[in-house]
Amino acid sequence: MDAIILQILNGLDKGGAYALIALGLTLIFGTLGVVNFAHGALFMLGAFCSVTFARLLTISERVRDESVTFFAAYKEVPYLELWYGETGKAIVEWAVPLSILLAVPVMLLIGFAMERGLIRFFYKRSHAEQILVTFGLAIVLQEIVKYFFGANPIPLTAPPALAGSADIGALFGASNISYPMWRIVYFLFSLAVIAAVFAFLQLTTFGMVVRAGMADRETVGLLGINIGRKFTIVFGIAAVVAGLAGVMYTPILAPNYHLGMDFLVLSFVVVVVGGMGSLAGAVVAGFLLGILQSLASMTEVKAIVPGIDQIIIYLVAVVVLLVRPRGLMGRRGVMES
Amino acid sequence: MSESVLNSDKAMGRSPAESHSPKGDGMRGFMSSSRSDYLLVAVFAAAILTMPIWLAPIGAGYPDILQKFAIFGIFALGFNILFGFSGYLSFGHAAFLGTGSYAAVWMFKLLSMNALIAVGFAIIVAGVFALLIGYVSLRRSGIYFSILTLAFAQMSYNLAYSVLTPITNGETGLQISRSDPRIIDNFFGADAHRLRVPDFFGIELQGWPGFYFCAVLLILAFFLTLRIRNSTFGLMLFAIKSNQNRMNYTGFSTRPYLLAAFVISGMYAGLAGGLLAVTDPLAGADRMQWTASGEVVLMTILGGVGTLLGPVIGAAVMKYLEQIFSSFNEGVLHRTFDFLTPELQDIMVTITSPFVGEGWQLTLGLMFMLVVIFLPGGIMEGIRRISRGLRRDRRDDAAPPAHAGH
Repeated sequence: MDAIILQILNGLDKGGAYALIALGLTLIFGTLGVVNFAHGALFMLGAFCSVTFARLLTISERVRDESVTFFAAYKEVPYLELWYGETGKAIVEWAVPLSILLAVPVMLLIGFAMERGLIRFFYKRSHAEQILVTFGLAIVLQEIVKYFFGANPIPLTAPPALAGSADIGALFGASNISYPMWRIVYFLFSLAVIAAVFAFLQLTTFGMVVRAGMADRETVGLLGINIGRKFTIVFGIAAVVAGLAGVMYTPILAPNYHLGMDFLVLSFVVVVVGGMGSLAGAVVAGFLLGILQSLASMTEVKAIVPGIDQIIIYLVAVVVLLVRPRGLMGRRGVMES
Repeated sequence: MSESVLNSDKAMGRSPAESHSPKGDGMRGFMSSSRSDYLLVAVFAAAILTMPIWLAPIGAGYPDILQKFAIFGIFALGFNILFGFSGYLSFGHAAFLGTGSYAAVWMFKLLSMNALIAVGFAIIVAGVFALLIGYVSLRRSGIYFSILTLAFAQMSYNLAYSVLTPITNGETGLQISRSDPRIIDNFFGADAHRLRVPDFFGIELQGWPGFYFCAVLLILAFFLTLRIRNSTFGLMLFAIKSNQNRMNYTGFSTRPYLLAAFVISGMYAGLAGGLLAVTDPLAGADRMQWTASGEVVLMTILGGVGTLLGPVIGAAVMKYLEQIFSSFNEGVLHRTFDFLTPELQDIMVTITSPFVGEGWQLTLGLMFMLVVIFLPGGIMEGIRRISRGLRRDRRDDAAPPAHAGH
């Protein structure tokens, strides 16, 4: 029982990442009608925002290490720590969550630039061409990151206060289950972002227009609303969501340049399982597949069906597509010729 | 390079519009295989067989890379039969490439080092595998079809790495060894326990013989593709691409045609995979990864979707980039720009170095984006535009007043 709870928890943080990427993909697809294969790259760029921010904070000066008295020893101390003492030290330690401050404007800009510079020319072209051009863009983006940050994964650490394990067994009335705290933070964070996106779409006038655009783009355009400008902002928001998912994921998985590609394929499967064009479907399918994946990797399950952990997500996708072609919560007439 | 391509393009004698929506005059070409088709194959064969000569000046005149051109040319030709002719974008074709490789290596291990047996078995196994996957995947179209094929390919890849280790030898990859039974070779008394390279009835397929073996199969594959395009079956595929609903309304069941195209295309991939094993008797699961599937899509698009020659050219360009560009380093760049002053030379090297060596994929990505944005028909469309432009220039030179009169 404990093992099952633990595996479900394990699935939640991965599911959170899937859900956030799939949410952005669906948002872009539903409004702009564009299949964005560069969305994984946006996730990766978010992660590298975190790396950049952490590096900026830890720009250091060599100072005399006073604790060593035998000889002249030197150590690197971040300027922040020199200038602000304990506060500065805390800021350096909290680099990952603080890099959200950098990631939001940067990802918004990247999103705007992508939409204005490239994607908007592809609204009227076929889905195959959209896939291909964004796939090319994804290659370019990851190669640029590789050029500046190298090919090796760059590990980042969670703030010390959140780095340990939490004893959460009491919550379930079970015996002691301890679980990495940052993963729980990631899960809660992804829920918060998802809630924010839904609140934005449900409660604001802008969100209403976007939802109307998802339902019937032409009519909204005919009503005299400049849908093009709205779409740019939607793309920016989707980029921010993917970027935030990447920022907070860095302590769980050290980012490298092909992180995006690894997540992209799975996120597409998530979108299709959830139903193309359904935001709720993307979220539900994201968590569902994340949990299924970690349940399938239990030794007990693997003993019954060998190799199931390797293929479960794809197997679910195949079954869903064959039994329910529109996905779990998909609407009629989306992406059907 | 471009000259022979231009020649064969003219020999094709068919405009792009016709190949996309065959009707009227184009019909005649589809129903009969005309003399110009044989001419095209002859020119193509001549161009392929003389590649060692005319590709030498750009540094590609050695068998290893030319083999890759030919093998991936076959892979892309086959992919084009599905994607180019019928419009179904498969994102899982690497699965068949990998299956072909495994099948070929198993033949080397069990029966004989004869390449023909291995390649034949690779085609059959890949065909059966394609039949299974195609039967299920073709129940859906559009992006759903793409995701289904992707899912199957990823499942094959993951399984090849984990549970299927007895068949695939997992991460190490499947190799031949001294202790393999090799029944046929043993029966004929060859000293089978000596490690040998794959052969073709006694000719060891390494170096140039290896290239010519692949080249002949590429020419055969090209001829077959041409025949398919000119057949009623090919016409059906083009009709499915232009409007599948109309096909269904007229009472055609499109599924069998699509399935046949899928299987044929999978068999081409199997042949390519088998040839990879012939040139280097080793099969690994990474050949099945989705990036490998993406690669063949890129090749086909780069060359020109739906055209005959495009995929072959695209495959060659991409393999050239991969092999030659990735081997460039700063030394080579300095030599390239040594006609400039030292300062300019340094600047040029600094600018260009991110695009070569480790960063060759950056060039690939950029080139690919530019092609999709500006030349959706790929290199073939570029060639066509240039040749049309040249022809117009000549006409303008001949009759300048007519142009000025308007």
